[in-house]
Amino acid sequence: MRRVVVTGLGLVTPLGADVETSWANLIAGKSGAGTITRFDASNQACTVACEVKPADHPWGFDPGKRVDHKVQRQVDPFIVYGIDAAGQALEDAGLTEMTLEESYRAGVSIGSGIGGLPGIESESIVLHEKGPRRVSPHFVHGRLINLISGQVSIKYGLRGPNHAVVTACSTGAHSIGDAARMIAMDDADIMLAGGAESTVCPIGIAGFAQARALCTSFNDTPEKASRPYDKDRDGFVMGEGAGVVVLEEYEHAKARGAKIYAEVIGYGLSGDAYHVTAPHPDGDGAYRSMEMALKKSGLKPSDIDYINAHGTSTMADMIELGATQRLFGKDLGGASMSSTKSAIGHLLGGAGAVESIFCILALRDQIVPPTLNLDNPDEGAEGVDLVPHVAKKREVRAVLNNSFGFGGTNASLVMRKI
Amino acid sequence: MSETAERVKKIVVEHLGVEAEKVTEDASFIDDLGADSLDIVELVMAFEEEFGVEIPDDAAEKITTVKDAIAYIDSHKG
Repeated sequence: MRRVVVTGLGLVTPLGADVETSWANLIAGKSGAGTITRFDASNQACTVACEVKPADHPWGFDPGKRVDHKVQRQVDPFIVYGIDAAGQALEDAGLTEMTLEESYRAGVSIGSGIGGLPGIESESIVLHEKGPRRVSPHFVHGRLINLISGQVSIKYGLRGPNHAVVTACSTGAHSIGDAARMIAMDDADIMLAGGAESTVCPIGIAGFAQARALCTSFNDTPEKASRPYDKDRDGFVMGEGAGVVVLEEYEHAKARGAKIYAEVIGYGLSGDAYHVTAPHPDGDGAYRSMEMALKKSGLKPSDIDYINAHGTSTMADMIELGATQRLFGKDLGGASMSSTKSAIGHLLGGAGAVESIFCILALRDQIVPPTLNLDNPDEGAEGVDLVPHVAKKREVRAVLNNSFGFGGTNASLVMRKI
Repeated sequence: MSETAERVKKIVVEHLGVEAEKVTEDASFIDDLGADSLDIVELVMAFEEEFGVEIPDDAAEKITTVKDAIAYIDSHKG
């Protein structure tokens, strides 16, 4: 099998509009949470979200930097974030220019969990109030999940596989794992892979709140709301943004002298076959996903130094931890495990990609990001290094990233330094 | 420049993201201003909203330049 490495990174997160700002803020223990500003949420059960900040904020996002004015007007924010993160990753990898021949071997697989919910909501209101002749002609292709991949391929002339994963909150991890396989199977030499999401809109917040998935007890203290593994956690905090990596065949990357961040060595997938929103109580699906990824990597549990948990700040946190302990040992074999959702919220379809990038940066900088707000770890977390409150310098040789989604879909990735 | 022309140009600049000086009366939406057929559908909708006129599809198909739009609106607005 051909080997697959990561040669470029791109991030748009509630902690920054680029990789280095997001990472520096994450390591500094900052929170991206706040009271929702995108709309008046005062009648919602949950009024907290981790929003991507506006351009005038110290770490705000300027959509005009990489996305044409016309495209910005026509598409939902998740597509804008995705195009920008993809552009960052290509620039980072030094791949913004390629020959026609090279472009046939360069593809895109950037997915989303939900897609253009804000636009579906607002155009439905237009339809209801003004009739069908007022619905935007860009309504459909401005909301479709595969239109990040479509827009990116058009903008950068990437003519290889064009794909988009939709597996709820596992999307980002599945995107990277599946795209890595496309390279391993010789369908492409280069793949832009990742996920994006932006559903901070009235119907998005109301929908997740009605599913009893969102945090509702910390509306007055938004920065405390996302608290994975803590006894007082009561639901996730919605995040938004995008994460995209450049995956490249190892010899191809070496031949052009590319900077290599990490190698993707293990990928696991499983289904819970249990419930639409709740994980299997034994963590069976999560366990098998991690086990498969580890087996494929050829590593032993003790080789993994950092685990970026799915850890959404819900009841499911302890189920994931239990499954991880079964595989790695009661103390996780000395590995550190944290949930960066404590700082950036849950990016849903973007989560697995953004968190994989955090794992890669942990490998690069030999430091693991913290779990914020972990004041009183829940029962069962004794003896586990969940990296409470502050980032921790330590040796990081290999990393595991977990993502689990509604429908009972699980994905795990193992990466190492090269 | 007529008031209609001013308002039409403002809508074109906003929708297509082009520089105002490029939006001359002779400018073709597709050839000079980078619009595609769906952009024109959207522009026509915006003209209908702005001026309170109805522009049926067969009339919209004939609007290819800024001047065409201004002329249609001037002859149909109430």
